[in-house]
Amino acid sequence: MTIENIFERLKKEFGDAILSETVEQNFEPFIRISPQNVVDIMLFLRDEEDLKFDYLACLSGMDYKETLGVVYHLYSIQHKHRVTIKIEVPKEDPKVPSISKVWRTADWHEREAYDMFGLIFVGHENLIRILTPYDWEGHPLRKDYKQPEEYHGLKVPY
Amino acid sequence: MTEKRDIEIDFGQVHTERMRLNVGPQHPSTHGVLRLEVELEGEIVTDVVPHIGYLHRCFEKYCENSTYVQVVPYIDRLDYIASMSNEIPYALGIEKLMGIQVSERIQAIRTVLAELNRIASHQIAVATFGMDAGAFTPFLYLFRDRELILDVFERLSGGRLLYNYIRPGGLMRDIYPTFVSDVLAIVKQVRETNKEVQNLLIDNKIFIERTINIGILPADVAINFGCSGPTLRGSGVDYDLRRAEPYLLYDKFDFEVCVGKGLMGTLGDSYDRNIVRMWEMEESCKIIEQAVKLIPDASEDVRASIPKKIAPKGEIYTKAENPKGELGFYIVADGKNKPYRLKGRSPSFSNLSVLPYISKGYMIADLIIILGSIDIVLGEIDR
Repeated sequence: MTIENIFERLKKEFGDAILSETVEQNFEPFIRISPQNVVDIMLFLRDEEDLKFDYLACLSGMDYKETLGVVYHLYSIQHKHRVTIKIEVPKEDPKVPSISKVWRTADWHEREAYDMFGLIFVGHENLIRILTPYDWEGHPLRKDYKQPEEYHGLKVPY
Repeated sequence: MTEKRDIEIDFGQVHTERMRLNVGPQHPSTHGVLRLEVELEGEIVTDVVPHIGYLHRCFEKYCENSTYVQVVPYIDRLDYIASMSNEIPYALGIEKLMGIQVSERIQAIRTVLAELNRIASHQIAVATFGMDAGAFTPFLYLFRDRELILDVFERLSGGRLLYNYIRPGGLMRDIYPTFVSDVLAIVKQVRETNKEVQNLLIDNKIFIERTINIGILPADVAINFGCSGPTLRGSGVDYDLRRAEPYLLYDKFDFEVCVGKGLMGTLGDSYDRNIVRMWEMEESCKIIEQAVKLIPDASEDVRASIPKKIAPKGEIYTKAENPKGELGFYIVADGKNKPYRLKGRSPSFSNLSVLPYISKGYMIADLIIILGSIDIVLGEIDR
């Protein structure tokens, strides 16, 4: 199924929640959706017979300077097609509905995105840091991140 | 899960308190600095909580502050026992963004190297899995043979583990004259040793009894947890990027995608995950034999199409079938000489996240077997 067809399907089902599709040279085509409806749209993508995106290949947090974002790379093992979904949330209130119940692999990926970008995944059962120490402060992959002077008496920038 | 076990344990009236046990982070059977917080009821595992991040070194932050060429050595350090394979998706992604065409000879060399590295990685996986189950001899045999592969890589790149050899647009330098005959000699040796390992380890009754029906991972669960590589194929799912979305020259070769069949026990148990690796080594040998025929004798300037300046603009999710599964890089390039964002999607990260699900209800000694059968490398989990 091509990206146009998937976009049409989603637009028909969810209307205004599907914001735009981008097909640009050098860009893998992606669909931008509004953050409120993430779980419904993902369930739809996972369960519809002709879509069957059963495999969440990658979930990446993003810092677009003014806003934060999440990028989902989905794949269907049955139909062998891919789709990229993007959402954006404001930096002051980075709340995203969690999809860890849709694909269980999202559990750890969302923890990583929280750890690195401070994205709050609403509905995640165990949203704690995963890669940095549990008591680390700040979110390292944000563009405006300043690393601390010291951590438990250890000098951080060595 | 528990009802499929052969051994029934009757605890009778004995009341035990649940115990929390730390495995790792410096325990040999955790295959790296992984800490498992295990909750035990007697000897039965009731819960496992993996704590990762001991090897975290800000790979993605480093990449944002390095030029595209400087990123390659960091990528080597992800899955540090399959560095050649790691470099391939990154190189392919940058080439696609820049619109660079690489000659067939270079593609063939890359294919040979990727498959050699797959063999080397699976040798470690099978060897250490045997160690976890108590078999020491196959470990020595497999490590001896892996040395031959590392020797070839060392002659090519100068490094034994971290190569920085496959660059976006080409290779670091051309292969040496006896490369093809060396590789074919390795293939012969690998096949001989695998026969021995088959006899010594895989067909050994103790080993079979020790690994079957342990850590059963059903196919739908494996997909839902984002598993890939032998961990997914061991559950009988026919998903291999080399076949599903061929890259390099994989569409030209005749090879089989090995999936678990539940030969001895249940489909998707530890034995299946391990036997898939054994079969894949043979398939890799087949691919290498076909690929070396595509390497002409005449030497070529392998640096000819390496761009002088790499500053692409665009976005790509580039992926390849690594020994451990799907290694992907989500590259966001904004036209500068450094990536705006480079996210590494490592196979072991997703594969390890399934461990709590598949190890509940088994014994603590089986937990070590299950962990060994997933074949993780902490370098790419912690990044």
